[in-house]
Amino acid sequence: MLEIRHLSKSYGDTQAIADVDFAVEEREFVSVVGPSGCGKTTLLKCIAGLLAPTSGEVVLQENRVMALVFQEYSRSLMPWLSVRRNVALPIRKRPDRARLVEEAVEAVGLTDALDRYPWQLSGGMQQRVAIARALAYQPQVLLMDEPFASVDAQTRADLEDLILEVRERYDVTIVFVTHDIDESVYLSDRIVVLAPSPTTVKEILEVDLPRPRDQVETKELPEFARLRAHVYRLIKREEAEVTR
Amino acid sequence: MRRVAPVLEVLVPLALLGVWALWSANSDTFYYPPLTDILSTFNETWVFERVGSDVVPSLLRLTAGYLLAVAIAVLVGIPLGLNATARRAAAPIVEFLRAIPPPALLPLAIVVVGVGNSMKVLIIAFVCLWPVLLNTIDGIRGIDPTLNDTARVYGVSRFATLPAAAPQIFAGMRTSLSLAVIMMVISEMVASTNGIGFFVLQSQRSFAIPEMWSGILLLGILGYALNLLFTVVERRVLAWHRGAHA
Repeated sequence: MLEIRHLSKSYGDTQAIADVDFAVEEREFVSVVGPSGCGKTTLLKCIAGLLAPTSGEVVLQENRVMALVFQEYSRSLMPWLSVRRNVALPIRKRPDRARLVEEAVEAVGLTDALDRYPWQLSGGMQQRVAIARALAYQPQVLLMDEPFASVDAQTRADLEDLILEVRERYDVTIVFVTHDIDESVYLSDRIVVLAPSPTTVKEILEVDLPRPRDQVETKELPEFARLRAHVYRLIKREEAEVTR
Repeated sequence: MRRVAPVLEVLVPLALLGVWALWSANSDTFYYPPLTDILSTFNETWVFERVGSDVVPSLLRLTAGYLLAVAIAVLVGIPLGLNATARRAAAPIVEFLRAIPPPALLPLAIVVVGVGNSMKVLIIAFVCLWPVLLNTIDGIRGIDPTLNDTARVYGVSRFATLPAAAPQIFAGMRTSLSLAVIMMVISEMVASTNGIGFFVLQSQRSFAIPEMWSGILLLGILGYALNLLFTVVERRVLAWHRGAHA
């Protein structure tokens, strides 16, 4: 239902993305991983419509809506608005906004913080607010740009499980950009591995791990280890080739 | 230290007044009358004899000029902050106008709008405009791109991100406030029939030296009080900013 067709992006003479082509199915969880600086954020911004691709196109099935969760949660929330009003921001003209806000905030477990301000919350809680805001918007596709990169390890694991839960509850398709290989294997149905800049798709692999996933049990499975090692080699080999 | 600070804030000025009072107690110099004389004159003049005739007109001019400047600066500053082309086009004009020493405009203002209240309000507004305008433009330009991207992704107007520029706009407003007091006094000294500035100059010219001193004292107190009031408003409006950067 979301297709990225031969997308490329150049800034002047520098080509950031050479050719990226993949499709995302309804209700799928797709991770996009790649070495740092491989244009993951640029790609996501093109998908979200924040940047115009130089060539190629992004096709979203009709009547579908996308929302984007940024990596820098502290900079994407409005510090002068309470949690309630931050979450209501994209839907503030809708009559049923109060209910949508409360549902979304409840889904991320922040009901107690509704009337607090982002700066009164920890980093992990702020990112929950950003996720709630995306959910309240009721998108069919949720784009996430390294959403858990700036929180500590324990919070990160909690947020990973939260996003899996929320995905069930809201029936949403997720495109998840990360540089964390474990995270991509743990969360996804499929992983798109990117080659470094100018970016192309290196490989797309299926993740056949049982759901629901569990931080301990899933990560103990031999299949998890195999996939993790496979993606790791793909990315490391790329990095080695670049340095050579 | 935290407990001592507020006490010091009161004690130091009182101590200085005390030194002044002692030093001037037996003064028979015409230009430096004893502080007690100045204070009793202050009492006779400003509590509340000339409040209606001089203080109120002064404050009205100051408020009108200041608010007019802030309103225009923010209204003009927002589009200039949002649009690089408009900003570039306006830059030389802004830099030129702001470089003119404001008192130099007084003769022109008197010829064009006369010596009435509107002249004083306009002069105050003209001077107060620039710090607020430049800070508004800069503040809007400096809004975090992530915030703007957020607004775009969710189909929210860019105006929703504008409060992010408020801290910088307030910084400009603070600068302008002291300029407003200065211009109020200057404009009242040049052509006026009332106002605190007029009173100070008039007293000096009629050799009413304690009265002149009392006017200067009042202006100092007024500036201090205005700044205090401004701080209260700013704390209220920018509570989120203080919290976010604590």
